[in-house]
Amino acid sequence: MKNGKLRLIISLAVVALLYAGGCLVEHLEGTKSMVVTVLQKGAVYALIAVSMNLLNGFTGLFSLGQAGFMLVGAYSYAILTIPMAKRAAVYQYYDGGWVQFTVGVIPALLVAGVVAALFAALIGMPVLRLKGDYLAIATLGFAEIIRAIVQWDTIGPLTNGSNLLKTYPTLKNIMPGNTVLFTFIVVGICIGLILLLINSTYGRAFKAIRDDEVAAEAMGINLFHHKQMAFVISSFFAGIGGALLAMYQGSLQANSFKSSMTYEILLIVVIGGMGSVSGSVLASFLFIACSEWWLRFLDAETMVGDFKVPLLAPGFRMVVFSVVIMVVVLFFRKGIMGTRELWELGGRRQAKGGRRIK
Amino acid sequence: MFNTLLPYLLAGISVGGQYALIAVGYTLVYGILRLINFAHGDIFTAAGFFMIYLTASLPIGISIPLVIILTVILGFTVERVAYKPLRSAPRMSIMISAIGVSYLLQNLMWYLTGGLAKQYPVLPGLSQTIRIGSATTKVVTIVTPILTILLVFALVTLINKTKIGMAMRAVSKDFETSQLMGIKINNVISVTFIIGSAMAAVGSLLYFTNYTAVTPTVGAMPGLKAFVAAVFGGIGSIPGAMIGALIIGICENLIKAAGWTAFSDAFTFALLIVVLLFRPTGLFGEKVTDKV
Amino acid sequence: MSEMKANENSVLRLTDITMQFGGVVAINNLSLEVNQGEIVALIGPNGAGKTTAFNCITGVYEPTNGAVYFHGKPIAVNHPQGRMAKQYGGINGDLYKDRKPVVYTPDKITHMGIARTFQNIRLFKSQTAFENVLIGTHLRRTSNFLTATFRLNLREEKAMREKAMNLLEIVGLSDVANELATSLPYGKQRRLEIARALATDPTLLLLDEPAAGMNPQETDDLGEFIVDIKNRFNLTVFMIEHHMNLVMDISDRIYVLDFGKQIAEGTPEEIQKNPVVIAAYLGVDEE
Repeated sequence: MKNGKLRLIISLAVVALLYAGGCLVEHLEGTKSMVVTVLQKGAVYALIAVSMNLLNGFTGLFSLGQAGFMLVGAYSYAILTIPMAKRAAVYQYYDGGWVQFTVGVIPALLVAGVVAALFAALIGMPVLRLKGDYLAIATLGFAEIIRAIVQWDTIGPLTNGSNLLKTYPTLKNIMPGNTVLFTFIVVGICIGLILLLINSTYGRAFKAIRDDEVAAEAMGINLFHHKQMAFVISSFFAGIGGALLAMYQGSLQANSFKSSMTYEILLIVVIGGMGSVSGSVLASFLFIACSEWWLRFLDAETMVGDFKVPLLAPGFRMVVFSVVIMVVVLFFRKGIMGTRELWELGGRRQAKGGRRIK
Repeated sequence: MFNTLLPYLLAGISVGGQYALIAVGYTLVYGILRLINFAHGDIFTAAGFFMIYLTASLPIGISIPLVIILTVILGFTVERVAYKPLRSAPRMSIMISAIGVSYLLQNLMWYLTGGLAKQYPVLPGLSQTIRIGSATTKVVTIVTPILTILLVFALVTLINKTKIGMAMRAVSKDFETSQLMGIKINNVISVTFIIGSAMAAVGSLLYFTNYTAVTPTVGAMPGLKAFVAAVFGGIGSIPGAMIGALIIGICENLIKAAGWTAFSDAFTFALLIVVLLFRPTGLFGEKVTDKV
Repeated sequence: MSEMKANENSVLRLTDITMQFGGVVAINNLSLEVNQGEIVALIGPNGAGKTTAFNCITGVYEPTNGAVYFHGKPIAVNHPQGRMAKQYGGINGDLYKDRKPVVYTPDKITHMGIARTFQNIRLFKSQTAFENVLIGTHLRRTSNFLTATFRLNLREEKAMREKAMNLLEIVGLSDVANELATSLPYGKQRRLEIARALATDPTLLLLDEPAAGMNPQETDDLGEFIVDIKNRFNLTVFMIEHHMNLVMDISDRIYVLDFGKQIAEGTPEEIQKNPVVIAAYLGVDEE
């Protein structure tokens, strides 16, 4: 028990240090530096990866709809926050659009989550009755349908059809100079909530369903109810993650939320370890750092004296990167963390609060 | 009315036949490994690129068989490298590996082609235009359904009449038991991938004659649709996959005819979801029950 | 048969249960009754349909025909419908055709107070022994996901943990509480499954071959253990078992099933002498 509290305090201290470090880097290096980009995007991906992990890693539901829910979140956020003065320009093909009010960033983020959760509740009703790979393909299908609907001309006044959404508040202009702090706080709160849920009696029920559906049902766990809960909560956070991604990108188009985006996030989850929140977070930062920064040199045609280094050309980075991913998938199937968390390393698992009776 | 719909109908049958050729690969692999081979669409795309690069220096008559051989080698290699090591792993791991392969193939193709769309060579004969009734169309529109039916018929014969076909049926019924009965599982699986890839190669020859630009991600969507077709027809059933693909191809084009082009992709998935909900085993699939 | 007179002590009653899969009749017209405080055994050769009977009681399968009552309340009622109406191979297929079908999912049945163990142990493999039992307390929660997330259910959570620990103590596994469930030896896994089932607060406990894979010493201990928990938790026990010593030692009554049909019913002494039962087990010619 003591041990557990100590670990908690140490973990929180480490998180606080990381936060301080992130903010400090931004002040030293400036918002445009590569480190800051990685910290921003890595944090956003961390939230999305953890939300997917809640479903795929903790509840054992192989869902591939994440990009769809991110899209819903991102659009909800953007539509609600574009300043009134800019609407006419953004919605130039739709007479300024239907929505004629603006809400603040934080309420918009919440709405983004809620709308994504509502979509999930609707979609979950039919598809969560499906098993395994059928669920995967059905959720993938729904994500594609959502993408098509958003670009539908008839609701163009709402979504701007297949045109860009822009001029909404972005990371850069809501807290200038402290973009990392803002991202870290929002993402931190969300991941914190997910962690609390996973370690509650509901989280245990999710894991029971993952381990053995038949036994879980025999323990009185209503499968549909709990799957639906995991699905909706995961989508809620995916929606917020999508909104943050929109804030990071600065402009928004439905076409970038393809199934390949879901695959990328799934691969992050796998690299981090299915069933490990800290693994997903670590993997997100690694993934983004590699793809945006550390492996950049592979894309540049480099000359050493008169000698042109072979293979280096645009796109080589992603090839190396995907080979690394395949190596992880094939030979390190548990990923970085397996099902453990950073703060559990080095100690045996504790039955928390399990005091002896008598 | 009929005259305006005819071109769409013809296009539907044609594209449906092309989906069918891809769908066969999905349905065969799923029948045996219970794996959605997410990389199959990319193998199909790769076949397109093979053709482009081969015809740059070789005559078409030599290129076509080479394309099929190269695609088969690719499919075979993917199975050996990415799926075989996971034979005893949970099914989710193999599916993730398939997604990883798809990601790798797409990135590799992007790197090799510089990310630019490449022009598909004109296949003499197939690209010529002909008139059917009031519609003008390419020869490929007529060739596709005929070729598809012939190939599917040949495949069904192979599966029902030959020894390897019997082995495939046995493995798809019960993996472990057929292994115990002395069937060389790995050979059967390789043959499955070889057939699937060869069909995808033929499909790509026909498909890209209509859609002339090839990009690294172009195969993703027809790949997914072909998978939907396989599910629709009842996954594991080859005639089912063909009929499912034809229905999807036709419906998709009729939706375009109705002016709902933006929803032609979404329709496929809507259809999939409806099928999964009301008849999860598809039109011709068999019912399986879990044992407690 | 279905109009059996009401018995106040009846905990579980099956009337005319038939379970048919496609053309295979796994159980044919099974009727039985388990009364308050009894230990009743269901025995029979392999493939006789015993586990199928459990699955019909716990809602895993929907019986093709017949009814299941728990404390007098119908928890499963069905008659051959749809395609089954034509290919029905059991008897008494028209007894329930005017009754409204009743279907409950397994979790609802567990809520009502029927808990079970599995023939092929189904523990939650990534969880410790303690966590396995803890999951069994989830269904009696009063918290929702929000109060649980925000830790507004601390008192309940503490009670759940204490209950789980207490149950582990009772089944003698408190020293391995933090071990991974699947790393435990077979006998302990079976006990853990029982503890997990008890965590759902059942009034009727269904044990599916609790002694399978145990050595004679462990089997003897298990017998005492079952009687002990029955008395301690005021349970009724219905079990499938192959170890005849255990069955004869602790059961009050025994039902014998063969090829889906009930071939005998009675006290252990009666069953031991019953020529039909001996024939079924030893394969004596019927001539």
